[in-house]
Order: sequence, then structure tokens, then C-alpha cells
Amino acid sequence: MENTILEPREKEERLPRLNSELWKYCDQPGQLIPLLQAAQETYGYISESAIKHISAVSGVPESEIYGVITFYKQFRLRPLGKYLIRLCDGTACHVNNAKMLKAVVEDELGLSGSDTTEDGLFTLAPVACLGCCSLAPVVMINDMTYGRLTPQKLRTILRKYKKEGQAADSVQSEEAE
Amino acid sequence: MITITVGTATCGVSAGADKVLETLSSLVQEKGQGKVVLAETGCMGMCYKEVLVEVSNGDGKFLYGDVTPDIAKRIFEEHVLGGRPIEELVILHNYQEGPEEGYLKRQRRIALRNCGFVDPMSIDDYLARDGYKAIEKVLKTMSQDELIEEILSSGLRGRGGAGFPTGMKWRFARQQPGSEKYVICNADEGDPGAFMDRSILEGDPHSVLEGMMIAGYAIGARNGVIYCRAEYPKAIVRLRQAISDATAAGWLDHTFPGTDFSFHIKIKEGAGAFVCGEETALIASIEGRRGTPRPRPPYPAVRGLWGKPTIINNVETFANVPWIVLNGHEAFASVGTPKSKGTKVFAVTGKINRGGLVEVPMGISINEIIYDICGGIKDNKKFKAVQMGGPSGGCIPASMGDTKIDYEEITQTGAIMGSGGMVVMDESTCMVEMARFFLEFTQNESCGKCTSCRIGTLRMLEILERIVEGKGEAGDIDVLLELGNQIKSTAQCGLGQTAANPVLTTLKYFREEYEAHIHNKKCPAHSCALLVNYVIDPEKCTGCTVCAKNCPVNAISGERKKTHFIDQAVCIKCGKCITVCNFDAIYKD
Repeated sequence: MENTILEPREKEERLPRLNSELWKYCDQPGQLIPLLQAAQETYGYISESAIKHISAVSGVPESEIYGVITFYKQFRLRPLGKYLIRLCDGTACHVNNAKMLKAVVEDELGLSGSDTTEDGLFTLAPVACLGCCSLAPVVMINDMTYGRLTPQKLRTILRKYKKEGQAADSVQSEEAE
Repeated sequence: MITITVGTATCGVSAGADKVLETLSSLVQEKGQGKVVLAETGCMGMCYKEVLVEVSNGDGKFLYGDVTPDIAKRIFEEHVLGGRPIEELVILHNYQEGPEEGYLKRQRRIALRNCGFVDPMSIDDYLARDGYKAIEKVLKTMSQDELIEEILSSGLRGRGGAGFPTGMKWRFARQQPGSEKYVICNADEGDPGAFMDRSILEGDPHSVLEGMMIAGYAIGARNGVIYCRAEYPKAIVRLRQAISDATAAGWLDHTFPGTDFSFHIKIKEGAGAFVCGEETALIASIEGRRGTPRPRPPYPAVRGLWGKPTIINNVETFANVPWIVLNGHEAFASVGTPKSKGTKVFAVTGKINRGGLVEVPMGISINEIIYDICGGIKDNKKFKAVQMGGPSGGCIPASMGDTKIDYEEITQTGAIMGSGGMVVMDESTCMVEMARFFLEFTQNESCGKCTSCRIGTLRMLEILERIVEGKGEAGDIDVLLELGNQIKSTAQCGLGQTAANPVLTTLKYFREEYEAHIHNKKCPAHSCALLVNYVIDPEKCTGCTVCAKNCPVNAISGERKKTHFIDQAVCIKCGKCITVCNFDAIYKD
């Protein structure tokens, strides 16, 4: 599925960008994780072609790369939503009812079974601890951290992102036309 | 000149510090040009009062808490321009008096000495507070062995959890032959409930760099690596800035006159694996491999990164080092207990009135931290237990609140000092559920290399899940104990060996709660969703029908303006009715 996300033309345009990232680290030992991080930063996930590419450049076998990818939580083999919701379920958040927030997100965004919404706007990722325990319960959306949340507050925040995301999408499709 | 300082560590920003800063910045530009300076600082530790704003003028330093953009505007108009502090909003005056004075009184700040007092993005601020004086002193006046002796005599022990004497680690690495050695700073702070390393990195990154340089000199290393969690973007940004400033100012990547010492530091971002806090796993991760631990010995001091002698210390440990060098080992060793010297930073969270970072002298009791410094339990509830040491630690019951903060004393309770997370629980926290939560965490994070951790923790988790769902069976407790002790003695690394601690300690101190779940199918804390009944109080119910309308399974019946009733056979215990009732009429039984 991951290969269908990028059109072939688009892929070619993007690969050189990845390439320069690759070469930046290529002569350093232990380069694999920074390479994967660079690839993920470029595409939002690590595609099969990226694995092949990194293998060719670094000389690390594809199987080993796959092993490293699946070991670390940061790496994704599928594309990410536009907004990544990191829902903290650390101790303090857990005690302060993080479970309820998860239900709110799932309900508000209509997520069930999958971690990414159908429109590709949101990905929900529960995380162990964001380290803002005294503001529990906490949710991080992209780089913004929201603390002392109640279900109502969270719903308002999510709706704001929804609006923003849908507006941006419609602008893009108009431009495309 | 008047200075306004806003706390912009991650905790401040998530409480809205960005907006406060924006408001103040436009006000300063508009009305305060030339007479008001706006600055940023890291974490003061008073997370419960974020956003924090300090106004410093001729009358002293005034700290305001819970600042919103509107309050910021008032502070600017009335205090900064008008010269009249808003008395009712000032929480501390000169960090000595005020409604929050209790929070600071019993603290002793060594590792956090600069946090909240310097602009972390300014090397000049750090230099003004004796920054880089320690490395200078070391290079000018101390031999490598003298330095190691100094750290040894100070009694500093690793603050990452295990408490191994720092000087000893350095000596082992120093004794290894070869000129290629490494210093690693373990900033992969992954324990849920611990955030002191993040606060130090965000609030005072230079002290960590300086600590690493001193360690580098001690063991003869020229390269340092900071392995930092990718979940701490702000810490990484500030570290990068600090490294580039320290390089530009000639501290890093620069051979010191009269010596052949120069030191280089780079940052490696973690990729999200809790086990990488374990030192051999961390090294594997830096080398670009799966972060699975390997058996020790050989210890990293003998064979570490790229097979070379390596020391790995925690962020807080490094932050202590420059202070010890400047103030001498006697000053450090005069604080604390016979075997645990100096101070320890704790992240106090959970059901506590003043949650935040506290740095206390070793030897203080748990009760003193909870009541004297942190103001007791939220909503006047009863203190039940405190969880120390994260998922590797254990629960210490309120009855043992006199336990002193000391590596050995805490280990005796079955918990561990750990990295310093302290999660406070009140009577409404279910200890079985707590144990299940921690085990779920470790089970999730188990790297899968050794069987007892991979499968043992899963079996334990399955049992605990059954118990909190009311499907516990007689004999479950015995199996948990047996499995727990077996995992403890057979797992390969620290993660596995300590994984069962939360279960074993709660079984030791709260066995009756397990028994109530298993035999009576009741949760004494009224917390386990499937074991409570939702009941409508006829005294309070007004018959507004809101609960009945919101019940997803139509378990609530009743006529308008008459008491409603929940059919327990139909109820799925989702709890929605409690959240929608406007009259507090529904309670858990």
C-alpha cells in the first residue's frame, strides 16, 4: 500500500533530496538510524523503495534494516496523518484518566480499528510518557503540547485542527484544478 | 532596568507560556523600549504554578504563578510600568517569602542550581554563574587521578537509577589502555513519571556539557555522545544551541593552551525504545543496531562504544560534576546520609497539591517531601502509597512514609531510587490496576531477546488483566509471586530483572486488594471499571432524564421528574452517566 501513495513522478523528484541526506551521514559508522530518521523526515514514513535505497548506499542488508525499523517505535512503514496526536499514557496521565481522552479522540475522529483517519488528517499514537506529568493528562499534536485536558477541551482542540486541515486540503485541491 | 522572565520549558509551554511571552513581547516593544528586558528561562520546578513570570527590579524579584495573557497584561501595566506589585498574585518574593515559600524551603539545589535562573540559550548567563570555571580549574590544577579521587571522595553515585559510584566507573575506564575512549550522556529518560533530565537539558544544558568535558579529561576521552530521546524536541534544540555556542566560545573542539585536551560532543537522537536506557542497549543503538542488551561483563568501561572503553552517566550525574569540582568533595559529602551523598532530584506527580521538580538533600523522608514541600494530597484525600523508580520500582505504602531517601533504605522496601519519579497515589487509586499498568509498560518495551522477560511478563500481565476484570481465580497470587521471582532471577538485563517489582511490592503491601478483586469481585478503590456498580442516589436525582438519554445501552429507566434507576444487568459500566449528570446524583459502589 505504501508504494501507491507517491506518484512515480513525485517519487523521482523526492529521491534526490533523500539522497543528499543519505550522503551526509554515509561515511560515519552507525549511520543507519540517522539515515532512517532522515528518510522518515522526508516522507513521513519509510517506504519499501527507501529501504532498498538505504541498503544500496550504506551496504547494510535490507533484512537488517527492516529489523531495526521494527525495533524502534519512531519508525513507520505506513504514511502518517497530517496531524500526529501523541496521547500520553504515562503514569501521571493514566491516573488522571488518559483512557477517557483516548475514547474522546476515537469518538471525535471516528477512528476504529485503524490508527489513521480515512481522510489522512489524523494519526493517533498512544505514547508511554511525554514528560509533562504535572500537567496531566497531556496530548501532543505535532509539536504542540496540550496539558490539563478535559474531554471538552480536547474536543474543542480537535475540532480546530479538523477545520484547519480541511481548509488547507480544499485550498490544495483548488490549486490543483 | 527591569527584567521580565518567562519560564519556557516544555511544561511552561504546554501551560501556555508561548502566548504569555507573545503578549509581553508586544507590550515591551510598544511601551517598554529601552527600560524593560524580556528574557526566557528553563524549568524552576514549580510545574503546578505554570506559567511562571518573574519581574525583577530595584525592589527585588517577584514571581507570579498561573499567569495567563490577561494577567500578564496586568502585571505589565501595574507592576512593570506602575511600580506596584500585584500582591495577591505574587507567589514568591526574592524566592524566600510568599504563599509558596514552603516549596523551596526544604530544598537544596545543586544539580538544578541554574535551572530557572539562567537563559538556557545564553552561554553568557552560564558563564556569569561560574560556568566553565570547573573545567578550567581541572585543566589548570588537577591531574586525571586527582580529579577521579575528588569525585570518588565526594560520594557521588549514578543518578540514573542503579547508584553505582561515579568515580569508580571513571577509574575503571581511566585504567584501560588505548587512546580512543568515549563519554556518553544517557538522556534517554524513559520512565513514565520522570522528567528531571529533560528539565536540566532544557534549563541548563551547559552544565551537562561541562560535566561531560570533565569526565572526558578524567578518563582520557576526546569524544562525547549525548543519547537523547527524540520525544524531547526542545531539549535537543537547546543542546544543539549550547554545543554550537560552546564551540564558538572555544570550550569545545578546541585544544586548551598548555594541555593536549580538546573535547567534541555530538547528539544522537533516540528512536523510541525504552530498553535503550540500559547501557549496553544504548551503545547498540548508537552503533545503528537494534537496541538489545548484551550480557555484562565486559562492562562498557572496558568494552563500550565501538569496542572502546566508555563511561555512561546520566544527565543529572553530569550536572552535579562541575559543582563538586568547584566546591570540593567535602561540601558535597557534607550533604546526605553515610552512604548516599549529595542531593537527588525528584519529579513529584500524581495526586499531589504541588507537583513538580524538587531537589532535596539525601536523608530527607518521603513524608517530608510529600507534606512539607509538596503540600500534601490533592483534594484532602488520604495518602495511600507512592510509586518510586518507575516501572522498575515499586510502591511504598503510606505507613512507611518515614523511609529516608537513601539508595539502600529505599531498596529495602522493595522499590528502588530509580531515576527519581515519584507518583503519589490516594485512596481512589487501585493498586492492582497500577501494577497492571506498569507491567503492561514493561511488557510492551521488552526487547524480546530473553525468554523470561518476553514471555514471563506477558503471562503475568494476562493474569493481572483477568483480575482487574473480575475474572481472577484462587491461586493467581501464588502464580504471580512465582513468576515474578523467576523473572527477577533469570532475566538478562535491568529491565527484565526489575519488571516484576511493581507487582511484587503491591502484593507485599496491598495483598488484601488483590484478594478483594479475586474472591469478592470488588475493587476497594472503586476504580476498576468492570468491578464497580453505578448507582443513582434517590436523594439527589431530580429526574431530569439526561442520564437516560445518554446511556448507550438504555440501561437507565425512570419517568421525568422521578428518581431514575440503573439496571445492573444491562449496564456496560462505561461511566458516561456520571459525566453527564448535573446533580452529582450518580456514584460508584
